[in-house]
Amino acid sequence: MAVTRRQFMKVSAAGLAASSVGALGFIGAGEGLAAGVRPFRLEKATETRNTCPYCAVGCGVLVYSATDGAKDAKAKVIHIEGDSDNPINRGTLCPRGAASLGFANSPNRLQYPMHRKPGSDKFERVSWDFAMERIAKLAKEDRDKNFVAKNRDGVTVNRWVSTGFLAGSACSNEAGYLTYKAIRSTGILALENQARI
Amino acid sequence: MTNSWNDIKNADVVLIMGGNAAEAHPCGFKWVTEAKANNGAKLIVVDPRFTRSAAVSDLYAPIRPGTDIAFLSGLMRYLLGNGKIHQQYVNAYTNASYIVKEGFKFEDGLFTGYDEARKNYVDRSAWEYEFDEQGMAKVDETLQNPRCAINLLKAHVERYTPEMVERICGTPKDKFLKVCELIATTANGERSMTSLYALGWTQHTTGAQNIRSMAMIQLLLGNMGIPGGGVNALRGHSNVQGITDFGLLTTSTPGYLVLPTEREATYADYMKSRAFKPIRPGQTSFWQNYGKFFVSQQKSLFGNAATKENDWAYDYLPKFDTAYDVMKMVDMMAGGQMNGLFCQGLNVMMAAPNKAKVHAGLAKLKWLVIMDPLETETGRFWENHGEFNNVDPKAIQTEVFQLPTTAYAEDEGTFTNSSRVIQWHWKSVEGPGESRSDIQIVAELHTRLRALYSKDGGAFPDAILNTTWDYAKPAHPEPVELLKEINGYALEDLPDPADPTKVMLKAGQLLPGFAVMRDDGKTSGGCWIYTGVYTDAGNMSMRRDSSDPSGLGVHPNWGYAWPANRRILYNRASADPAGKAWSERKKYITWNGSRWVGADVPDYAPTVAPDKSVGPFIMNPEGTARLFARTAMPDGPFPEHYEPMDAYIANPLHPKVTTNPVARVFAADAKSFGTPDKFPIVATSYRLAEHFHYWTKNVHDNSVLQPEMFVEMGERLAKAKGIKNGDWVEVSSQRGMIKAKASVSKRFRPIMVDGKPCDVIGLPIHYGFVGMTRKSYPLNTLTPAVGDASTNTPEYKAFLVEVKKTTPPASQPATV
Repeated sequence: MAVTRRQFMKVSAAGLAASSVGALGFIGAGEGLAAGVRPFRLEKATETRNTCPYCAVGCGVLVYSATDGAKDAKAKVIHIEGDSDNPINRGTLCPRGAASLGFANSPNRLQYPMHRKPGSDKFERVSWDFAMERIAKLAKEDRDKNFVAKNRDGVTVNRWVSTGFLAGSACSNEAGYLTYKAIRSTGILALENQARI
Repeated sequence: MTNSWNDIKNADVVLIMGGNAAEAHPCGFKWVTEAKANNGAKLIVVDPRFTRSAAVSDLYAPIRPGTDIAFLSGLMRYLLGNGKIHQQYVNAYTNASYIVKEGFKFEDGLFTGYDEARKNYVDRSAWEYEFDEQGMAKVDETLQNPRCAINLLKAHVERYTPEMVERICGTPKDKFLKVCELIATTANGERSMTSLYALGWTQHTTGAQNIRSMAMIQLLLGNMGIPGGGVNALRGHSNVQGITDFGLLTTSTPGYLVLPTEREATYADYMKSRAFKPIRPGQTSFWQNYGKFFVSQQKSLFGNAATKENDWAYDYLPKFDTAYDVMKMVDMMAGGQMNGLFCQGLNVMMAAPNKAKVHAGLAKLKWLVIMDPLETETGRFWENHGEFNNVDPKAIQTEVFQLPTTAYAEDEGTFTNSSRVIQWHWKSVEGPGESRSDIQIVAELHTRLRALYSKDGGAFPDAILNTTWDYAKPAHPEPVELLKEINGYALEDLPDPADPTKVMLKAGQLLPGFAVMRDDGKTSGGCWIYTGVYTDAGNMSMRRDSSDPSGLGVHPNWGYAWPANRRILYNRASADPAGKAWSERKKYITWNGSRWVGADVPDYAPTVAPDKSVGPFIMNPEGTARLFARTAMPDGPFPEHYEPMDAYIANPLHPKVTTNPVARVFAADAKSFGTPDKFPIVATSYRLAEHFHYWTKNVHDNSVLQPEMFVEMGERLAKAKGIKNGDWVEVSSQRGMIKAKASVSKRFRPIMVDGKPCDVIGLPIHYGFVGMTRKSYPLNTLTPAVGDASTNTPEYKAFLVEVKKTTPPASQPATV
């Protein structure tokens, strides 16, 4: 495997402390220099490789997450930058990708399952159990009522066209494949994604 | 993309038309900059607006929205008429010499076989080659026969003179000819042109034919399959490529296989039209393997329940009578024919055309399920937002569920980018609140339905109960489990074809590639083009070796590109018929005397010698690429210019057939198109560098950078209408009205169409009534509900409007 730009930088930093300065006879100077530098704020963060969520250039991003150390604290994304190893974007990001920390932590992120009753003017918080049980029931009711096993010519068609599914184009391939399996097995034909629109 | 982002650096000419990469795909556009700086490349931009791509171009030509085919057909006429084609490539690798049936004609805007009553080409039998007794297409290699595809093409494009191009497109003749001359410099094996396009080409009633025109041009120039060439779609969403690959489209199944129609009652019927026998001697016709991919997929979907005896569970697949695409769904919803809808991260209220119709449809649903990481207009369609969504919640009986999902940093798995490169991403943190991954939500929906059908029975439970679901945690499958299932396994010991006494793959082993797939039920694989992504050597999508041994931007060990880790498609065409590179500069895949070798995985059988004359376009039964499309396109074997449905002028080529005669129009929308007497201004939609679709209005920084909706117009129009920069403007179309602030710029200039100035305005798509940006009327209030004849993609890029100065919306300040 070739040495990547990022590995090169890491090796260089380590080398500064361990070898190159030492080789010049300044024993301990590297360690001294390293100790004198204010710790980089991402030093204690966890670095995770990801792909920008927006367009299909597929830019590599590095997501940095950290907690404040409290036992019950949830790790939070604290910084996102371009992945300089990624040959597609070579560390660059556009105005959308560069601000994607604000997407991860947006106050408009949905937090809880919500339910709006017919005719109501508000969402009400519900449990996942309530939501999923009710959705499965509604789906089964509609399917059992409107499923078409055979067409007028008597051909087996096994389709359900009174319910549709619009799939997410920012879902992973794995989510997309599972969605295909789960949805097609019900006979849904109205299955689409963003590709046409 | 046939090529890749990195490969753009190898181009000598870059044509951006139907897109604006500098603003919509900035980090991909970096490779255009690279080509200009280090390869001496020239950038041509053809666009109605002087975009930021145009600002750094070497040559900019304006064009009226919706007239790209006239421009490109004029370009073809120039290339053919001036001998500026790569003749040897065209002769050997395209169907230029194939003889087209005597009955095929084009007259007064229509191809043979049109049925006026059904508004369709009902009889397409003449759109075909002449065949000999052996079923082989007849050819005339001397190209003397006037029925040769290339001669018919010459005759077809003859009408598109530079004068006609100027008349239709408004592109000044001298600018048009400069573009032609520069592009013609790549009509050899020495230099290459890349074509970069996006929704500026697809979102038209002739969208697919726009792209086909460019494919034909690239074939005439010999630019397919070579470094720095190709036809390259710059796609929109982070995984729209992958989700399309996985068949989440009404009539598709994963890997570009097709769902059966109701006319195909049995598996035998289905396979009858999918034999893909070669129609030229000795050709590969790779789709002959269709049955292997289909059966392996059925084994992944239905496991042991898919047997030879039950036609591999053929009846478990729904059979379609018509396409249920987004516009059809909206039409059915609005007509009260749909009861339930799931929106998994697709904001249909903003994304589908004609907002009033979408809203009416949502309000007629019994229930709606939103799965999204962010607030959306669709999730809030029932909520009153003043004039921006003026509804009475009490009158809307739809039951709505809004389910919070995790986003990219909070889950793991793969995205496939425009270059077909599959890249794994790793989870960083837990999602906010009680959010769950899409995998988990879909898995729970399935397991609950399965339990209900298992307990209570119901309509045809078989497919649901027999869907394979052998995950360690059924309500929460792991992405790794799924990627392996997608890749596929040997289900029994498979013998080595070279020595049947040996076992090539043991039962349970992951498949190394799709070449070993079988149609006897002994292999599985959910999506054949992805096979090879997860093998016994590990998860290839996790590979992060950025090396590029050839220096051509191939990066073979970074992630995994489908198919077979190939980075440039049709790359056998980078060599001449004898297997030698067309030029040292563009050397990519060549024959070394015993195999095909080079920088990439050959798109060809690795040891088939050049003297076998097997064509490089192995997916076609001809082995060649098509200048004449046969019956592949519903609106004709050659592209033809038709006006957008909101037609600005009568079509100068055939005034009786002004618009695409087979554009997709629903009865309910027949009267929803505008005419230039009432709506004399041409509008187009576009995207901003600072925003992504309807998402980033939920992000603080992006909302600060571009805080509100505006309408961009040129100085001439602004002056004529008494509008100043920052004034409130009403924009109306046959579908509705919006208000937005005027942005008067020099980027739009009137275009001279048919001798008269045509004003064009631009409208960004991003704004709505949810988010941190100022509340706005959604743009799709204005856009027409009409679909491309091939893809049913709505015509968002060319429609007619009127503008006038107006007062601010009640909720907005008069001035900033």
